[in-house]
Amino acid sequence: MRNLLVFLVKRYFFLLFLFLESISLYFLVQKNFFQHATAVSAANRLTGSLFKVKTDLLEYLDLKEQNKILAEKLALTFDHDSTSWLMYTSRTTPVNDTMYRQRFEYLYALVIDNTVTERNNYIILDRGRLQGVKPDMGVVCASGIVGIVREVSDNYCMVMSVLHKDSHISASVKKDGTFGQLSWDGLNYRVATLTDLPTHSKIALGDTLITSGLGDAFPEGIVVGTVKHFEKKAGDKTYTVDVELSTDFRKLRHVFVVENLMRDELDSLKLKMVK
Amino acid sequence: MVNDVVRQIIRFLLLVLGQGLILKNVEPGFLINPFLYILFILQLPFETPPWMVMLIAFFTGICIDVFYSSAGVHMAACTFIAWLRPNILRFMAPREGYEFGSQPTMQDMGRAWFITYATIIIVIHHFIIFYLEVFSLHGFFATFLRVIVSSIATLLLVIVTQFLMYRTKEST
Repeated sequence: MRNLLVFLVKRYFFLLFLFLESISLYFLVQKNFFQHATAVSAANRLTGSLFKVKTDLLEYLDLKEQNKILAEKLALTFDHDSTSWLMYTSRTTPVNDTMYRQRFEYLYALVIDNTVTERNNYIILDRGRLQGVKPDMGVVCASGIVGIVREVSDNYCMVMSVLHKDSHISASVKKDGTFGQLSWDGLNYRVATLTDLPTHSKIALGDTLITSGLGDAFPEGIVVGTVKHFEKKAGDKTYTVDVELSTDFRKLRHVFVVENLMRDELDSLKLKMVK
Repeated sequence: MVNDVVRQIIRFLLLVLGQGLILKNVEPGFLINPFLYILFILQLPFETPPWMVMLIAFFTGICIDVFYSSAGVHMAACTFIAWLRPNILRFMAPREGYEFGSQPTMQDMGRAWFITYATIIIVIHHFIIFYLEVFSLHGFFATFLRVIVSSIATLLLVIVTQFLMYRTKEST
């Protein structure tokens, strides 16, 4: 016992190191740490409001450009679909129709913090639980996909950007519907990689890629980007495609959180399968 | 003594807030991601007990993790640095030991000493951060490039900030 105490006192520094380091690594592997640690969520609220002040200050600088992007998108929407403009208001507007049931609802949100140069990028939006945002909702913007909601506090939410190592989004070639998985290698924020695309796909340079609608975060048909380069690596049975993303993450400002109104139904169906 | 503590707290706030609110948003491109806040751990006085350095580093890591929403990454890297620091300092000690009251800064210890000391710590720190962020050896060289490029950027920033935060001995 005495010897043990002497040992502990002698090596206290190393033991302290081991103790703190294992706490850190525990947080690191525990993915949903931010949701559970209340202390951190309080700190999150603080950084959230700090980021908000920063965004308020910077927002006017590129107002012109953002307005242009939105106006262009709005014009396009008017052209193609006379009813979908209803979705793009700051409140969500349910559409009542007896033939069709609305499946996706769009909630307008403002980006208050965003990075593109980290290996794992997160985006913080000014909408949260009180506005109806829940984890796993998709986020899109006028020019393409943005990411998936990971954590939600009362008035803010944290979105895992497409530019993240854990981001795997199902995307398909618009022309023939063959699909693969979109991920990001961490180098260039304009280029993502599509893997597992079957070789019978009639893919060509410049083809448009859209979301496939598989998985329940994104509706089908949202633009992902264009094909920049593709090849069949030696030994692979599938294409690997470099995708030029249509979303410019550096200019991200106005986004829409997509709510899948039928998610509960889908989830309970999936649960039945597991049982 | 109290004065020193207050000064350190101000430095801490400046460096952590500067990192979280300013540097995080500066995007020079070329995979550069400087982590200037490491200067705070670098410059703690020689006499600070190692366990205190470690607790301070751990706390600094938490603060940065909150800003970067990267649970654990900076905590782990900072704690590791705090563990290495006393060993590195012992290894690099001048023959007659450190002068009492001097700090590990360029002004007190000279250019060559400080740059060696800072480079060792910064490279190890960045190495841990970027590899923990990816959490795999997949794309080893891309991550390695990140480490090198960002370390250089951090080192330059650390040197510049040194001159801004510490006046030379004559003027104080």
